[in-house]
Amino acid sequence: MHKIFIRSFVSSLVLLFTLTVTAIAKDVKAAFVYIGPTGDHGWTYQHDVGRKAVEAAGFKTTYVEGVPESADAERVLRQLANSGHDIIFTTSFGYMNPTNKVAKEFPNVKFEHATGYKREHANVSTYAARFYEGRTILGTIAGTMTKSNVIGYVASFPIPEVIRGINSFTLAAQKVNPNIKTKIVWAFTWYDPGKEAEAAKALIDQGADVIAQHTDSTAIVQMAEKAGVYAFGQASDMDKFAPKAVLTSVENNWGPYYVDRVKAVANGTWNQKDTWHGIGDGMVVISDLDSQMPADLRSKVKKLQADLASGKVHSFTGPIYDQKGNLMVAEGKTADDGMLAGMMTYVKGVEGDIPK
Amino acid sequence: MIKIVKRDQPSRAIFFFTPVLAIFLTLVAGGLIFFILGFKPFEALKFFFIVPIADKYGFSELLLKATPLCLIAIGLSFCFKSNNWNIGAEGQLTFGAIVSGGVALLFYEQEGFYILPIVILAGAIGGMLYASIPAILKTYFNTNEILVSLMLVYVSKLILDYLVVGPWSNPEGFNFPETRQFSDSAKLPLLFEGLRIHAGIFLALAAVIVSWFVFYKTYLGFQMKVSGFSLKTAKYAGYKGKKMIILVFLISGACAGLAGVGEITGPIGQLHREISPDYGFTAIIVAFLGRLHPVGIIFASLVVAITYLGAETAQIFMQIPKYTGQVFQGMILFFLLASDYLLFFKIKFIGSKK
Repeated sequence: MHKIFIRSFVSSLVLLFTLTVTAIAKDVKAAFVYIGPTGDHGWTYQHDVGRKAVEAAGFKTTYVEGVPESADAERVLRQLANSGHDIIFTTSFGYMNPTNKVAKEFPNVKFEHATGYKREHANVSTYAARFYEGRTILGTIAGTMTKSNVIGYVASFPIPEVIRGINSFTLAAQKVNPNIKTKIVWAFTWYDPGKEAEAAKALIDQGADVIAQHTDSTAIVQMAEKAGVYAFGQASDMDKFAPKAVLTSVENNWGPYYVDRVKAVANGTWNQKDTWHGIGDGMVVISDLDSQMPADLRSKVKKLQADLASGKVHSFTGPIYDQKGNLMVAEGKTADDGMLAGMMTYVKGVEGDIPK
Repeated sequence: MIKIVKRDQPSRAIFFFTPVLAIFLTLVAGGLIFFILGFKPFEALKFFFIVPIADKYGFSELLLKATPLCLIAIGLSFCFKSNNWNIGAEGQLTFGAIVSGGVALLFYEQEGFYILPIVILAGAIGGMLYASIPAILKTYFNTNEILVSLMLVYVSKLILDYLVVGPWSNPEGFNFPETRQFSDSAKLPLLFEGLRIHAGIFLALAAVIVSWFVFYKTYLGFQMKVSGFSLKTAKYAGYKGKKMIILVFLISGACAGLAGVGEITGPIGQLHREISPDYGFTAIIVAFLGRLHPVGIIFASLVVAITYLGAETAQIFMQIPKYTGQVFQGMILFFLLASDYLLFFKIKFIGSKK
């Protein structure tokens, strides 16, 4: 009798708990707006992995993929805000103006815009990842693994985000190998397998034996695999697309942030903020290190990763000089976030000019 | 027994019936696809074609979406009627938007009633200039206008890319590929508070009326029609073919340019890399679905516009992949072309005789 009582008490507690959880889950609905297809194995794919984490945490989610940054974005956002979604993540830079515009009309819906800088209303937050920390790791690996001392870099658009990545990568590579040169090809696209492969080929033809990328498709690592040079995966773990070429990947891990923000809406604690998380917060993740890398390099990278996470090492630690030899960051100092956010000059050792 | 017999003359009734048949077959095939994908076909079709336009806002969005499609398709019908295959309306749209956007940026932070007409005119001129390239190359160098106009689409997009990344990018915009926002005087006025539908719809309606008048009430319209049926006849009749080719391309370019103006001075309000989700190509489907008839094009642009809206609604409410919208557009064109067979042939059911 006693046992039965306890059992039913426990099970009703469990039931009560489940009911409460589902009640919360029912309350908050999150929506995601994607620029590409969920199967791009890059940018959008990783955001969708984040969305699935939100689902796994017990919340309902909706997504719309392939939303152009044309006049259509605004309609999709308005429709999502109108159909009972409490928080909407807009995951491409081009959604910045529509996001702020629609946010004004729906003050009770929270908006989270990735990679932008406009927060015109109290219900708009922005978030981005410190990918440059990941590029410090890649630079260290590239500088060690290169034999030709020429490193190729396929870049997308000359915006601070990309320039910062090139600089962080080059600085780290120089630290382990002062003779290296970083050659840049601007693809002027985020996702165009054809163009990206061309760019990679051009760099390989110029003697680059390690290729880094700031575009999203798997075309570059596949081209590297064909040419027998090394490369790094972007956004997701691209090892399976080019097992010999890919030494490691920098993964975008949005899940923890998304779950956090949706929970904040559920608890009523959501507030406007500008988030910029790196390796330490788990938004930037380094994939498994390839066994082609010597053991001492692997342990060095592991340590660097831990130091970047704890803040002991900063990607931009002085002295840093620009291409003309002017001092950018003094010895013993680190670049502040303001400088990083507006970074529009190459550091010494990068070849060429930033397209104007 | 079924026998297929060639018609003496293409049937006029069937000519206007096949677009309806094509839409019907698209709905049936679409329902079937939804069923195979594991969705309830009728519910899916409801979310695709009815829910998005069930309220005032949705209907206004339909008109907003149909406006550029209608405008471009009207322009294209001038070309297609006269046997000129302008496939590059997307490029003419882009170039029109570039020129008008450039003018709008010149008037940055200026206000005045005279700004908008100049901006609109600039867009039309931009589209005309861009369309004149394949036209002149065709008339004087005998090039293939399909290839030239199509290739120029990519050129125009690269020019736009260059401008918004480089010289025209917003100086306060951290180098992101977009221009400043246009001033209010450079923007098309909104028709209703809270809705995005703008005065651009009047440009489309004006194009419909003018084209109807030209097609059916003028000598030029007659010439176009004759050239469409037979170039040799047109030549024999002594029509000035070159002049007409250039004229229809200019009209077509102006319409596409105006569609570009409508997008950037309407809902977008600035120039950036993606100003059109390929309206210039989709308008080709619209032009044929509307049978190159001004009134037909109005209906066709509404039907095609709804495939865009429906795809979004279906994904939001039923998690149907959004790319099904493009599948629907493709199916409409496919069924239309296939059912055109009925224009020239009829199917006769003959009782079996033993």
